[in-house]
Order: sequence, then C-alpha cells, then structure tokens
Amino acid sequence: MSEGYDLEKDKLREIGIEFDPLKRSGTFLQRDQEVSTVATFYGGVEVMSIRDAMKKYDWVQDYFWKLVNREQDEFTKEADAEDVNGYFIRAPPNVKVEIPVEACLYLHRVKKQKVHNIIIAEENSELNIITGCTSHPAAIGLHIGISEFFVKKNAKLTFTMIHSWHNKIEVRPRSGALIEENGTFISNYILMNPVKIVQMYPTAYVNRNARVIFSNVIVALDGSTVDSGSRAFLREEGAIAEIISRTISKGGKVITRGQIIGESGGVKGHLECKGLILSENGEIIAIPELIAKRPNLELSHEAAIGKIAEEEIFYLMSRGMSRDEAVSAIVRGFMEVEVKGLPEILKIAIDKAIEEMRDAL
Amino acid sequence: MLRIVNLSVEVDGKRILKNVNLYIKKGETFALFGPNGSGKSTLLNAIIGNPAYKIVGGRIIFKKTDITELPTNERVKLGIGMTFQSPPKIGGVKLIDILKHCAKLSGREEMILKLAEKLKMREHLNRSLNLGFSGGEVKRSEILQLMLMNPDFVLLDEPDSGVDLENIAIVGQAISELLERDKDDREKAGIMITHQGHILDYVSADYGVILYNGMIACLGDPKDILNQIRKNGYEGCLAKCLKDMI
Ligand SMILES: Nc1ncnc2c1ncn2[C@@H]1O[C@H](COP(=O)(O)OP(=O)(O)OP(=O)(O)O)[C@@H](O)[C@H]1O
Ligand SMILES: [Mg+2]
Repeated sequence: MSEGYDLEKDKLREIGIEFDPLKRSGTFLQRDQEVSTVATFYGGVEVMSIRDAMKKYDWVQDYFWKLVNREQDEFTKEADAEDVNGYFIRAPPNVKVEIPVEACLYLHRVKKQKVHNIIIAEENSELNIITGCTSHPAAIGLHIGISEFFVKKNAKLTFTMIHSWHNKIEVRPRSGALIEENGTFISNYILMNPVKIVQMYPTAYVNRNARVIFSNVIVALDGSTVDSGSRAFLREEGAIAEIISRTISKGGKVITRGQIIGESGGVKGHLECKGLILSENGEIIAIPELIAKRPNLELSHEAAIGKIAEEEIFYLMSRGMSRDEAVSAIVRGFMEVEVKGLPEILKIAIDKAIEEMRDAL
Repeated sequence: MLRIVNLSVEVDGKRILKNVNLYIKKGETFALFGPNGSGKSTLLNAIIGNPAYKIVGGRIIFKKTDITELPTNERVKLGIGMTFQSPPKIGGVKLIDILKHCAKLSGREEMILKLAEKLKMREHLNRSLNLGFSGGEVKRSEILQLMLMNPDFVLLDEPDSGVDLENIAIVGQAISELLERDKDDREKAGIMITHQGHILDYVSADYGVILYNGMIACLGDPKDILNQIRKNGYEGCLAKCLKDMI
C-alpha cells in the first residue's frame, strides 16, 4: 500500500504536482473518473470538480461546448457522457494569484478516462495553473480531455500542461480558448515520456489587443507518435499570436503543426518550430500554416529541423566537456524556451519538471 | 612545450597549411601575424583538435606526448586552451554553466564570480552563450573562460579585434596574467594572433611569426615585424626577411 502510494507521489512530483500549500494556491486530483482531492489554499480562487461546479452554479452549464464542438469527432462525442468528470477552476474578477493551482489527472484502472475541464479567468484577474496528466505504469487505455478556457477582459491565464504517460496510453486532448479584449493566454505544453499516441490541436480565438502564446516542448521516444499543433484565430485588430515549438525525436514520430489565421487587419502572428533528430529512425514533420484574410497584417514563420551542430559540440569539448556532456548540454539548451511573461514560480516548476524527466532520456 | 612537425591541414578538401614547423618552449609567447585567409586560425584549430580541420600530414607534440590523434577534451586536459575568433552562439546553454566546466579543469571554482567581475561579464552569466553579445563581450567571455581553465598552453585567436580602448586594457591584463608575462620564471607559453598588434602594448611577446599562404614565412622580434608590416605590407616584410636571411 505505502509502496504504491510512494510510487504515485513520485510520479506526480515528476509532473509538477506538489500538494504543498506554500507552493500551490489550490490542488485537484482525479483518479480515473473519481475526484479524490480538492483543496484551495488561497481564498479567492475556486477549484472544484466540474460535477460540483454544476451543482453550485447553474450558469456553468452555459460554458460547456462553447469552444470545442461536441460533434467534432468520435472522441468529443465519447466525452459528451453522463459519467464525465474534470475540474472547474475560476479566478473571480480582480483576483490575482501568482502561486499556481495544480490539477492532476491520473489514469489508473479504467479503459477510458473522460475529462471535461472549464477554466475561467474573470475580468482583470490573473490565474496560473499547472496541470499534470499521468498514468499507472501498467495502465492500458485512452484519455480524452476536453478543456475550455475563458480569458475575460484584461485577464491573464497561464496554463502549463505536463504529460507523463506510458507506452500503452492513447491521448486525445481537445481544447479551445477564448481570449477577450486585452487578455493574455499563455499555454505551455511539455511531453518527455513515452506514450502510444498523443494527438491534439488546441485552438485559440483572440480578440482585440489580446494575445496568445503557445509553447511546446516535445520529446518523442521510440514507439511514440505525437501529432501536436496549435492554432490561433486573430479575430480583431491588435490580436497577437506566438506559437513556439521545440521537438526532439529520439526514435519516435512527431508531427508539429501550427496555424495562424489573420481574420482582421492590424494583427500579428509568428510561428516558430525547431526540431532536432537524435536518432537514426526518428521522424519530424513540421507543418506551419499562415492564412491571411486581410491585407494589412503581419504573419511569419520559421521552421528548422536538423541535428546538433558539430561546431557547438567541439566548442564545448574545448571547455573540457566530454562529447556526451556536450551533446546533453546542447539538447537541454534546445528545450529551454524563453516564454516572455512567465511567472518566476512557474518557470522554476517547469525547469524542475524538465530536469526530472530529462534524466530518464 | 609544443612542437609542430611538418604539419599539413585541409579544410573542406582544400590544403590550407603546408609543412608548418614550429617549436615553442616553456615561458615563450609567440605573436602570429598574416593576411586574411593565410591560415592562422587553421593552425590554432589544428592544435586544439577541431575536427573540421583535417590533419593530412605531420605531427603535433605537446609536453612530449603526440596529441595529433587526441580528441579536443583530452588535449584540454593536458593543458591546452583556446579563445576563438568567432565562437558559436548556443541557445539555452548559459555562460555560467560553461564557466563551471572551465573552472573544474583547474580547480578555480571559487574564482568564477571574481573573474567575471574583472572581465565585466557578471551581467551575462545567466544568458545563453554569445546570443546577443556584442563583439567585445564575446571576446571578454572567451578570455574569462580561459582564465578559469588556466591552461599551460594558451591559444588566442584575435583577442583584440573589435575591442575598444578601455576594454583592451582589461583583456590585455588578463592575457598577461594567463601567460605569466610578469613573472621571470614562467610555466606558461602560447600563441596569440593579432592584426593590429594593439594587444602587444599590454602583452609582451618573445617572438613574432608571419604565416603566409599556409607557410611560416618570417620569424623575429614581434615589434620589428609589426613595424615592417605597417610600413611595407606583408610582401615587403617577407622580402626583407628573405634578404636578412641571405
Ligand atoms: N570551416 C571552414 N570551411 C571552409 N573554409 C574554411 C574554413 N575555415 C577556414 N577556411 C578557409 O581556409 C583559409 C584559411 O582560413 P583561416 O581562418 O585559417 O584564415 P586566417 O589566417 O585566420 O584569416 P583571418 O585573418 O581572416 O582570420 C581561408 O581561405 C578560409 O576560407
Ligand atoms: Mg582567423
């Protein structure tokens, strides 16, 4: 019993889940379909299961399937079920909390874990969330996660998702975000462990003077297939999108997509995908798309895939590193994405998670 | 300390160095001159073991060991260190992380902050290596790394190029220290490439050498050679060298 518990705790720590009131403003843990831990350590932020939220507020219902189409595919249809659970996290108007809320989804025994999350940052609020998704080493199954993010006027939401699955798990997140005037949505995604397949294409709808930043760090190990993209509709003047991805193949297959759609003049978007192939049988496919529907806007992309530059390895060896040390320093540097506006505490948590998982590479 | 015998080096299948011979004793500093593209950087890169520079003939002997086939980090452990003319930018790899590795070679871990202060690089410690560094900052970062490695044999590829007058004094003093120029009984030796020779106002050298067309063409007093180059150009200087020899 205690051994299993420790194993689970270690696993959770790996994905940034601490259960520490000093480091987190709230916590949420869902095992399979059951919510086992909910706590808020800081007044103001609301953290509860989506089932409880629907009981508490009749308006929660109105936020369902607003940003993700329930008819989109077999997975969304599957998630549209009676036994769905998930989290509801909300920062009320003007509440600003830098200490992140943590939320964990743990797939243990069920064949299918179905999750529907609603996240709301009300006007002028600031909310940080670290969410970790993981599975029991022996689990076999499918995780479907619907997430709908509502970033209201002048609000800022930073959402960091760390995945740590096993090679018999199939993962199908379906996410949408609405960013209202002057709002900011920063979405970070980290995947460094084996997985059977992850396939997702989160979409942001960006209004006047609002901004979205998607940053993804993906490592695909042997036997893993990761098809991950980020999409932004720049709907009104002043909307900004930045999509950054760093992908590494260590034998797995990565399809990294990005799409920015400029629907209004005076918008700006940039897409950057960099890939590194570290193994003979790996594969990376980068598909950046820019769609401009108005004349006066600015969309750009850069994509580069390659291997590690010999010149850099040599340079570090001239400073006393062995070849292996040099390679790992460069790979680690490659994964370090500078996300502007990321709160320090979150940066530390992300670095720590990368550090923990990096050792397993 | 370093003996180069009949060294020939190719880059991208093109012969750059042709039968170069050089012998440098403990305590000696050589100033290396030569026109652009003459092979100066190639020579230093061959000594430190850059795999892009292929040794097709000859040997490099350092401290009585044949290092011709040794990988770079092994040469570094034997006591060779180099500052590069244009080092790479490496995103995400912080200067401080590299400095820690440098210091490990010499046991100078406690000196990192002090030396960073001295070379005015304190603010750059947590930045990615050379990303957005100015020309002078790149040079100071190179010297700082070498100060922490404290090698016995010092290779300096244009440490003064693009460095302003104020900073050249800082860089010059650091190099002087590296090469123990102020001591009578020196353990260190090295080669320093310079075009303008400004660094020679701060770092004394024992010999000057001209590399011309991949060959050692002149050997003499560094200040004399520099003056000849300034007055008569490389060609004139070579002609004079040849005349003096006859
Ligand atoms: N990595 C490389 N790839 C291709 N050619 C190279 C490379 N390095 C050097 N060369 C060529 O070798 C020749 C000698 O170059 P080297 O860098 O040694 O010259 P240098 O004497 O240091 O010149 P400078 O004073 O301009 O620094 C040049 O013609 C240069 O173009
Ligand atoms: Mg050169």
